[in-house]
Amino acid sequence: MTSETAGGDRFGAFGGRYVPETLIPALDELEAAFAAAWADPAFHVELDSALRHYVGRPSPLSDAPRLSALVGAPVWLKREDLNHTGAHKINNAMAQAILAKRMGKQRIIAETGAGQHGVATATVCARLGLSCVVYMGEEDMRRQSLNVFRMKLLGATVVPVTTGTRTLKDATSEAIREWVTTCDHSHYIIGSVVGPAPYPRMVRDFQAVIGREAREQMLERAGRLPKSVVACVGGGSNAMGIFHAFVPDAGVELIGVEAAGHGLDSDQHSASLTKGRPGVLHGALSYLLQDAHGQVHPAHSISAGLDYPGVGPEHAFFKDSGRASYVSVTDDVALAAFSRFSQLEGIIPALETAHAAAWIMANAGRWAADEPVLLCVSGRGDKDVAQVAEMGIFTA
Amino acid sequence: MITQRFDALRAAGRRALVCYATAGHPDRARSIALLQGLADAGADVLEVGVPFSDPVADGPIIQRSSQLALAGGMTLDGALSLIADAKLSIPVVLFSYLNPLMSAGADVLQRARDAGAHGVLVTDLPVGSDAERETWFGTGPLDFVRLVAPTTPASRMAEIARHGKGFVYLISRLGVTGVRDSMPDSLPATVAQLRAVCSLPICVGFGVSTPAHARTVGAVADGVVVGSAIVQAAERSVDDAVDLVRSLRLALDEGPAR
Ligand SMILES: Cc1ncc(COP(=O)(O)O)c(C=O)c1O
Repeated sequence: MTSETAGGDRFGAFGGRYVPETLIPALDELEAAFAAAWADPAFHVELDSALRHYVGRPSPLSDAPRLSALVGAPVWLKREDLNHTGAHKINNAMAQAILAKRMGKQRIIAETGAGQHGVATATVCARLGLSCVVYMGEEDMRRQSLNVFRMKLLGATVVPVTTGTRTLKDATSEAIREWVTTCDHSHYIIGSVVGPAPYPRMVRDFQAVIGREAREQMLERAGRLPKSVVACVGGGSNAMGIFHAFVPDAGVELIGVEAAGHGLDSDQHSASLTKGRPGVLHGALSYLLQDAHGQVHPAHSISAGLDYPGVGPEHAFFKDSGRASYVSVTDDVALAAFSRFSQLEGIIPALETAHAAAWIMANAGRWAADEPVLLCVSGRGDKDVAQVAEMGIFTA
Repeated sequence: MITQRFDALRAAGRRALVCYATAGHPDRARSIALLQGLADAGADVLEVGVPFSDPVADGPIIQRSSQLALAGGMTLDGALSLIADAKLSIPVVLFSYLNPLMSAGADVLQRARDAGAHGVLVTDLPVGSDAERETWFGTGPLDFVRLVAPTTPASRMAEIARHGKGFVYLISRLGVTGVRDSMPDSLPATVAQLRAVCSLPICVGFGVSTPAHARTVGAVADGVVVGSAIVQAAERSVDDAVDLVRSLRLALDEGPAR
């Protein structure tokens, strides 16, 4: 029963369900509903149809001739920025909203950092006729005001979170509190591979479509598997989504890029895997930025979507097992890549994605000329343009 | 010591008054004065909250007290030294989120016992969630107090009761800690359901704010837990919080309103 569930809910030692007792029955219900849906062909028909005809999947795999020339190896771009609403987040939001409807829950709660998950959730709620409340830190509402407007336009209620760091961490805490209060009639659509079980596994399974498509597209277009798969890691959902299909391919290197903020030796970064130690936040045991007393250390990143002190438990497991490696890129380097990547490939990437792109550019020469590199372009950068313009470092 | 206290209360036909305060709120000196004042005003058990940066089970009042305590430098070890310095004559339950306890090392439970704590309650470690850590708490020197929620099914209630020690903490309603206007109508039925599978004393908390609430809860449960209302009063002054607890004690001893 419960203990079996707990055992199956882990990735090695990581994961679990460290939540108030009130939520345990809700998580049991969700786990059962997810398992039933996953086994039901009708669920997949509905989801696949929504992904194809509404989200716009499969997303293209683009070649990147000028970036490839710079790096000295063929770079391929998995274009999640071309999804409806502009990021990978909608893959998960759409699937969870369909699941919520199957569960008879008409009210959706979500947290958001960059606003991409909030916009994706507000969007699918509009389409499915569900009511939607999004929790967002005040600081992020400032950084991502365009997305706040989009959510409201889509009919969602956006609740500003004014506690703590006023970013994704506190928005997630507030969404959990709201779920504890309304779990009898609300479903919480968590936006990454974080939180208590079954969320990390479920969100991974909903995002795994990225890697499934990309693996097939690589075989077809490049005629081989990539040497390296590179993705940015906030909570870790776009990375886990593109990694998952390649996990059994031992020759494929999986690389997650964390936000190094002002530098790994400053205490202002979001590099949980690189600099954190195991701890419990938001229901899961994973790597966590924390002080000597077990208090969570505020994260920092220029990119709101990476600005989170925790990380999904499966990434913690991959770090320890060595199946994936985790590196990091500072604010400044990511900003430079934001404009460089735009000018090289005609694609304005999300600031989150810019971290992964920056790491590839910084490692030009690392790959042989016939070793393909696959980059997950997790989202488009329109949401970041105002923030970057305000900094006044690039002249248009 | 917790069990003895409940045995004595039962023998006297009285209900337990369990009082929560956040360690280090509003500051260390007043926090000690508050704990001593609560004990003198008639509390039977004190829950001392270890402030945590991300208290997902707590509403605005306890969040605020935690942030203030943390800003004043309070830590888990700080809370233990505060308990030791308060020299309390009634049982103390350490009330914490898991992460500060995990971070404090394997001997933290013994350190807590040495400081004068008798029980430990971990908000985010439900029954069945982590065998290794539950064993750590369950076999240590402190009574491991477990929680039951209004959503907990009967079969799980029995399992929780089997794993608990000292008393069982029944959460009165869906939601986080906070001050509320009334007690839920379903409470007597939930207590009866739990009572059927649980031989430990049952204390009801979350939302218990006024003497009238205490009387209502006292009519069905073995004790009441009052947290946010005390913390809110302590924001004004230690005396206000102590006065509140005195009135709660009186109401509880008078029994249900007729
Ligand atoms: C475009 C984009 N990429 C990446 C992320 C980071 O999330 P994750 O690590 O879960 O993919 C976000 C989060 O908001 C995002 O909007």
